[in-house]
Amino acid sequence: MTAARMPISLRINGEQVETTVQARTNLVDFLRNEQQLTGTHVGCEHGVCGACTVRVDGRIVRGCLMLAIQANGTTVETIEGQSDSGKLEELQAAFHRHNALQCGFCTPGMLLTAQELLDSDKPITREVIRDQISGNYCRCTGYQAIVDAVEEVAIARRGASL
Amino acid sequence: MKAPEFDYVRPDTLEDVFVLLDDETCDARLLAGGQSLIAALNFRLDAPELLIDINRIDGLSGIVEDGDNIRIGALTRHVEVENSQIVARHLPLLSKAIGNVAHAAIRNRGTFGGSLALADPAAEIPACCLAYDAIITASSSSGNRTIRAADFFHGLYETALEDHEIITAVEFKKRAPNDLVAFDEITRRHGDYAMAGLAFSAAAKGKIEDPHIVFFGISDRPIRAVEAEAILEGARLDQPAIAAAASKATEGIELSSDTSASEAMKAHLARTLLNRALTSILEEKP
Ligand SMILES: Cc1cc2nc3c(=O)[nH]c(=O)nc-3n(C[C@H](O)[C@H](O)[C@H](O)COP(=O)(O)OP(=O)(O)OC[C@H]3O[C@@H](n4cnc5c(N)ncnc54)[C@H](O)[C@@H]3O)c2cc1C
Ligand code: FES
Ligand code: FES
Repeated sequence: MTAARMPISLRINGEQVETTVQARTNLVDFLRNEQQLTGTHVGCEHGVCGACTVRVDGRIVRGCLMLAIQANGTTVETIEGQSDSGKLEELQAAFHRHNALQCGFCTPGMLLTAQELLDSDKPITREVIRDQISGNYCRCTGYQAIVDAVEEVAIARRGASL
Repeated sequence: MKAPEFDYVRPDTLEDVFVLLDDETCDARLLAGGQSLIAALNFRLDAPELLIDINRIDGLSGIVEDGDNIRIGALTRHVEVENSQIVARHLPLLSKAIGNVAHAAIRNRGTFGGSLALADPAAEIPACCLAYDAIITASSSSGNRTIRAADFFHGLYETALEDHEIITAVEFKKRAPNDLVAFDEITRRHGDYAMAGLAFSAAAKGKIEDPHIVFFGISDRPIRAVEAEAILEGARLDQPAIAAAASKATEGIELSSDTSASEAMKAHLARTLLNRALTSILEEKP
């Protein structure tokens, strides 16, 4: 076995990146330590907490349960890219209004996870919001405010009460 | 923690996978969704020399209707099963179950074949495969072999699969629209592995025919409650039949406790689940 670096080519937040990576490096460590994108967080490193959530080819994934080398040829979007693009503006404002974050550790993952539901055509209820964020731990807010914020955006976008 | 070092290859064809799996000098693992394997590597519960990434192999993924059969490719992601109209129409049990498998981000990566190969005793997909008499195709350099779900699960994370085999697909018979179905599980948090779960399917022609009562999370593998099934076979679904079946729910089943619940609690949950499921079917019926 070798610690050799393998070539990898991918799009990260709209920019083409050509570099090399060790096979054992997971996607979130690659983004944080080798691409200086530290907005994505690392908590449990075994898929339980959701802090490491990023988008790969348009779908949220656990950054700790995918190898960086597996992202070869994909499009990766992190909280930095999604935030800068303005796509999260409404949701971020709603989080702010509802105090849906305190320490902020879970927030990047929460935002991307909620965004996937809001952008889908699934019917949205508080129950559905809770299911969607069931894989994201928040040790501060007690979740209520997060559900309130996501619900508010859903109502604003889809009209009528849910 | 971080994964130990390993080599990584991403073959394009099954033939290339077979060559790698046939090399007995190399301790290799197939990497599908990675939602269990990478977690195990990060924990250093496993330290293979080589990971064989099967994510870019053509033809391993997708849900196909073929006459009376439905074929689910091994690499089909949980989310595809969740969104499939074919599954919703013809395999309703699977449709009800799949949203309970982990969380959205994990369902975006985790695969059907991976879940079967892992054979976690508390997993939903293996239980549904047993309840629906699914047929699993295992492929290797010596060809394809089919394994009935009933013969596939051998124990805690143990299956009939050989080291040099890869699951390529799973076949189901389409179910009749008036089938009786129920799925339920008890978890502390939505998306967690179940403390106890039930997948139920039966044909209904006035009476109950061919009932399959499968419990998961209560033994070392998904397991059929044959005693309770015997009570339901040929019976009319009514309160006395439900009570009789529920009282025999775990008869003859070797229960296993885990960190979530004792054996006595698992037995209690199993009885409750069966009672609830059958009662809900009774109440739904016109
Ligand atoms: C936080 C968390 C919660 C979860 N909750 C649940 C849950 O509630 N219910 C549930 O069922 N699952 C749950 N899972 C597991 C998830 O569903 C996994 O995706 C699944 O069990 C394994 O599938 P995979 O494709 O990710 O397999 P991998 O992790 O890639 O592989 C698992 C094992 O199967 C082998 N393998 C994979 N594919 C094949 C194949 N085609 N042929 C032969 N061998 C193969 C691998 O070599 C490895 O040994 C959870 C996971 C996490 C991280
Ligand atoms: S760090 Fe990936 S889920 Fe916790
Ligand atoms: S705001 Fe602190 S963990 Fe959620």
